[in-house]
Amino acid sequence: MARGADDTTARNWFGDDGDAERQAHQRAGDDGSAGTAAGEAVQASVAPPHRSMALDETVILPRQPELGQRSHTPLYRPEDRVALLETAVIPRYRDEPDQPPTLSELAARYGLKPAGARPGVGEYLRELWRYREFIATYANGRIVAQFGQARLGRLWQVLTPLVNAGVYFLIFGLILGTSRNIDNFICYLCVGLFIFNYTQLTASTSVMSISGQIGLVRALQFPRASLPIAMSLMQLQNLLLSVVVLAGIVLVTGEPLSFEWLWLVPALALQSLFNLGLGLFLARLGAKIIDLRQLLPYILRTWMYASGVLYSVEMFTLHLPSWAAPIMHANPALVYIELARHALMEGIPMSSPFEKLWLMGGAWAAVALVLGFLYFWRGEPEYGRG
Amino acid sequence: MAETTSARPTYSSGQTYTRVPTVIVEDLHVVYKVNAGVGAAASPVAALKRILTGGPVGTVREVHAVRGVSFVAYEGDAIGLIGSNGSGKSTLLRAIAGLIPPTSGTVYTKRQPSLLGVNAVLLNDLSGERNVVLGCLAMGMRKSEVTPRVAEIIEFSGINERGDFASLPMRTYSSGMAARLRFAIAAAKSHDVLLIDEALATGDAKFAKRSEQRVQELREGAGTVFLVSHDTSSIEAACERTIWLESGVIRMDGPTAEVLAAYQEFTESSGS
Repeated sequence: MARGADDTTARNWFGDDGDAERQAHQRAGDDGSAGTAAGEAVQASVAPPHRSMALDETVILPRQPELGQRSHTPLYRPEDRVALLETAVIPRYRDEPDQPPTLSELAARYGLKPAGARPGVGEYLRELWRYREFIATYANGRIVAQFGQARLGRLWQVLTPLVNAGVYFLIFGLILGTSRNIDNFICYLCVGLFIFNYTQLTASTSVMSISGQIGLVRALQFPRASLPIAMSLMQLQNLLLSVVVLAGIVLVTGEPLSFEWLWLVPALALQSLFNLGLGLFLARLGAKIIDLRQLLPYILRTWMYASGVLYSVEMFTLHLPSWAAPIMHANPALVYIELARHALMEGIPMSSPFEKLWLMGGAWAAVALVLGFLYFWRGEPEYGRG
Repeated sequence: MAETTSARPTYSSGQTYTRVPTVIVEDLHVVYKVNAGVGAAASPVAALKRILTGGPVGTVREVHAVRGVSFVAYEGDAIGLIGSNGSGKSTLLRAIAGLIPPTSGTVYTKRQPSLLGVNAVLLNDLSGERNVVLGCLAMGMRKSEVTPRVAEIIEFSGINERGDFASLPMRTYSSGMAARLRFAIAAAKSHDVLLIDEALATGDAKFAKRSEQRVQELREGAGTVFLVSHDTSSIEAACERTIWLESGVIRMDGPTAEVLAAYQEFTESSGS
């Protein structure tokens, strides 16, 4: 510390940035001994004892520039430039009086606004509404592009769910012959599968909606929420086709056609709103954390196993402790699956009473949509950053 | 053009300024975070080691592309941007377009500037026609405005000169064709501020002439045009003001002839 003691002369503090911490302690020590400010006295007591060795010496601290105020930063150096355009208004130094206005003043005078600033929620929603045609066209374009290289083209929109159902029928219906205490297990399975698939596909396409279209985002300025919204629309269209396939499966497996089926419409509407909110949330998360794309399939698979797709929902109450079952029952995917099963099938075990399912379904949709939208909107200026 | 504002503002110096600024860039800094992601540093073992030792995540490197740029652009200006590779020209354009958030400093604009660059990616699996519609809608046009103009835009791009390419997916296009189509789409709308990134360099002489003409028309529509190009002759033809960027700093800003002369001197001296 011998060198330190030598250094504690007034002059040596100047321009010695690395010693800022030591200065602070020094100052606190001085003030503390004088008993001026209570806050600084506390700081002094925290300071290590060897710091106060130069207490009796006079220390003059360099004046620190205040935060937020730049000290004479030349915005433009005259020697950098050969010729001035005749009327260009470029201030030389901000702090000099009698100079032309600063650039920000000039901007304010002509009503120029900072580029890429985040609009308010209301303005953002209006802006999205103005871009509705773009959103619809983009969603449509992605549907066409989805199977663009396949020879059967958009026929795959119907074939994909059919093949999916066929695989599960083969394994669970023919090979394993499972019934798991449910009369029409194939139908039970397919409804769960198709409904979960809807949320799963929306999630996995939304997570890429920004990060996968970074070129589009960097090329054109439009409300970024258009992209995840278009992805949700695209999956909604895919769903409508798979619901037709599903209806066929339900009828073929022996469920009666009834007015109960109409409950499917509000159930899918609530699920779509939930998916949209989830998609917006994942779109921003996926734009920030690129690795999420790799991780998401595993998260989604775990979610599917927890959503009573492949087994009867009675398993929750049978095998889980009493405190855990209600948590599992609140799972949004399970809620929407149960609502659809209730609409399409007769005499199946339910995880929760009918009214409670609707309440949970509505709550999940509202919460996901509001939080997802706000979360995405807050990140609006960030999308496109390298 | 200056008459768009009814009252001419008077500044403290007593001088009257008649030109209306459209873009004001104030002390702009842009720092890129680049995820290198390749090479030995990206091997799984290295990644695991970084996670365990709490080192910097990934192989992220920072690139300070634009360092304190300030200037004012006015209505009716056509400004050329020159500089050697990696001098920050394209980054500056993107920041003006609001596509890359500035690290510090501000870009003020009147309305949304549109960037029209060769890097702009549309949907490669869609046909040229659909991309025209999509691109126009993304620029905020209405469908009723777009539909009657599709044929005109495709005609301008000239992609149909060798057969019906407009109905083929864009992935079948040559890079020149795709660039011409992108330019045609962006030039379809009259922009307050149009940013062009080396678009004129793509395409043949015929297209270059057409686009030059279009840029001229857009300028007459009371807009401001920024043109980034390595080809000094296209800047000479289109712009009367030029900004020379070097390592993210404005080296010179003035009449095109003077700046280009200095720039040529610089490139020749550094080349030898």
